[in-house]
Amino acid sequence: MTSVPDTDASGRVLAADGTPLKQSLNRALRRQKVRALALIAPLLIFVLVSFVAPILDMLFRSVENQLIFDNLPQTVIVLEDWDANSGELPDEAVFEAFAGDLQIAIEKKIHTRIGSRLNYEKPGISSLFRKAGRKVKKWDIPNDGPYKEKFIDLNDGFADVEVWRTIKTYSGAYTNGYFLNSIDMQKGADGPEARPENEQIYITLFIRTLIMSLAITSLCILLGYPVAWILANLPSRTANLLMILVLLPFWTSLLVRTSAWKVMLQDQGVVNEVLVWIGLVADESRLALINNQTGTIIAMTHILLPFMILPLYSVMQTISPTYLRAAKSLGATDWTAFWRVYFPQSVPGIGAGSILVFILSIGYYITPELVGGTKGVFISNRIAFHILSSLNWGLAAALGTILLVVVMALYWAYDKIVGIDNVKLG
Amino acid sequence: MTFTRTLLATSALVAVGSTAFADGHMASDMTLVSWGGAYQNSQQKAYVEPYIAMNEGVSAVWDESSAEAVAKLRAMNEAGNITWDLVDVVAADAIRLCDEGLAMEINPDEDLAAAPDGTPASEDFGDLLVSDCFIPQIVYSTTMGYRTDLVGDTAPTSVCSIFDTEAYPGKRSLEKRPINNMEWALICDGVAKDDVYSVLETAEGQERALAKLDTIKDDVIWWSAGADTPQLLADGEVVMGSTYNGRLFSLIEEQKQPVAMLWDAQVFDLDGWIIPAGLSDERLARVKDFVKFATDTQRLADQSKYISYGPARASSAPLVGKHIDLGIDMAPHMPTDPENAKNTFLYNYEFWADYRDDIDAKFQAWLAK
Repeated sequence: MTSVPDTDASGRVLAADGTPLKQSLNRALRRQKVRALALIAPLLIFVLVSFVAPILDMLFRSVENQLIFDNLPQTVIVLEDWDANSGELPDEAVFEAFAGDLQIAIEKKIHTRIGSRLNYEKPGISSLFRKAGRKVKKWDIPNDGPYKEKFIDLNDGFADVEVWRTIKTYSGAYTNGYFLNSIDMQKGADGPEARPENEQIYITLFIRTLIMSLAITSLCILLGYPVAWILANLPSRTANLLMILVLLPFWTSLLVRTSAWKVMLQDQGVVNEVLVWIGLVADESRLALINNQTGTIIAMTHILLPFMILPLYSVMQTISPTYLRAAKSLGATDWTAFWRVYFPQSVPGIGAGSILVFILSIGYYITPELVGGTKGVFISNRIAFHILSSLNWGLAAALGTILLVVVMALYWAYDKIVGIDNVKLG
Repeated sequence: MTFTRTLLATSALVAVGSTAFADGHMASDMTLVSWGGAYQNSQQKAYVEPYIAMNEGVSAVWDESSAEAVAKLRAMNEAGNITWDLVDVVAADAIRLCDEGLAMEINPDEDLAAAPDGTPASEDFGDLLVSDCFIPQIVYSTTMGYRTDLVGDTAPTSVCSIFDTEAYPGKRSLEKRPINNMEWALICDGVAKDDVYSVLETAEGQERALAKLDTIKDDVIWWSAGADTPQLLADGEVVMGSTYNGRLFSLIEEQKQPVAMLWDAQVFDLDGWIIPAGLSDERLARVKDFVKFATDTQRLADQSKYISYGPARASSAPLVGKHIDLGIDMAPHMPTDPENAKNTFLYNYEFWADYRDDIDAKFQAWLAK
């Protein structure tokens, strides 16, 4: 007897309870998905709240410019009618609106913040606002005008057209100023323009960061590959012992390792002393190994090497030694057997290691700061400066966003060329 | 819901317990932020330990975050959760924090103790109250130290020796920021001391300072941590270098290295407390009580037993005594000692608050070239 599934009038297959089988199946699958989602929900929510949201918030700061828009509202409106290129000061209406806005800002104790914000664009505004605050607080607005003379009397900084142009330029609630700044440009009177040459720095740093990270990644491959190969081919007891040697520096504090490199590489350091003692290098022409790019590359290669060795090792462990033996027994030379049979199988490990090392090194800043001198520092050193010291978080966010986009683009390119499926951590 | 009830009861008990010892409406614990190392130790010994001994049940924890205090305070402020009670910062950072509304404004005569002779705090601290939020503790200076065995027969006497690579060949170390370096460059390029900041205000003046620094650019190791120059001097990596005078004191007097001070054109700077804005009433009351004690005349004088920084009060100067371990007189090691302060330079806070970001961009671009 053949069992024929129930069908409805239109020929759809029905489940036991009479609903169409497709629908019933979908429902079951959906229930499964919801259950799976519920299981990962804690982690998902944690990642969203503690990782994704702060990053988005930080990225948003790169365009956000509410401070002036919100706190000098009247001034912003009146300034719209003023031609910034006229070379003349705005008229009394602007000064009166500014006096009113400023007095409210002073009450909210926010005028010095506005001053600091504008000071990033034009030095001098910070103290201008701070000093004005003490006086404007006592003015009887709008009865004791005219304010144009009053402000200029107070501080001739207010007679500088550039100050007003800066306020006008940065009066929008959103600005592209930070992004322009991070590619060595600025908002000029007629749209974006290049910064003066003696202030250009970020493009240089971006390029340097990329080139040096690539150099460090390549060095890690060159040094890490043989080590991983030896580890993978030794009897496991010896391999484990050697593994400790790879892991020990990995567990040591980053600062300790960087400081150790200082002792090794400096002019009177271990490396130079030994070279002079052997007679390879003359005493007066000791090698400059630190406080330059060489120092950064050496120290960072050492620090990041485990991130290359570990994925390589775990991939190489899965490559059966019989393949090599088979290749050799079929007449391949040692080199051909390695290059045509072994190496292609280890490529996923190189890929994983390279991505790890490259992305980590692009964001490094402590090591370059300590051993990089002036030529060996990265873009992240400037980001750290703007976060920690100058408090120009908008600019830091813009620089960070660009860095993030560059990394994403490189990752995408890697996926296109090599394929991300071809990356294995073991 | 026994569990919840137990939890509530316990936390209520803990809350009661934690305020039980505190007098009046003051919190019983404080989080103090400082720089760590010898400096924080001097604060601990000179005023935190005496204060705790006087106030039973009060405890103080240190957070060694002063170097990142500005950024962290802003982050705390944005998160609406200030976990610090009192923060030690340099004056320039205090100005920045005050401008950003992150530090509380203080009234010196009300919040700080008067001198023993009755002089109000505002006069006793005088010009050192550089910001409405700043409570000065010490005067320190950024100055030069040199290796006595590497400078030949004529020891340097002028700050301009740093630019003289012929008389003093070898590397020198300078801080990796424009502040101080630009001033020294202009002074050594022939600008009168009083004109330095008006010259530095102009683009030409900034170019001029960088051009002067350019003459020694290849001979400079740029430092970013206060410990760098002492280490470089001890290793013989540099002939001379700039750092904080207290670091040089411990290098010379405590570690007995062949190094000497070059006080010429030392740049005075200040370090002190700020109270974060937005503390609860109990915490604020405790902090105000502590800070009044910690910055009185005797306490600031006591601090100089542990570290060679000058007390910020005029009335503390006569009370400066001997080093607690070494037993040497501390007065001659103070940057403010008349013998050391023959030629000094006062850091212009307002100028740097305005021009720091602009000049820093130019300085970094110059460094990267």
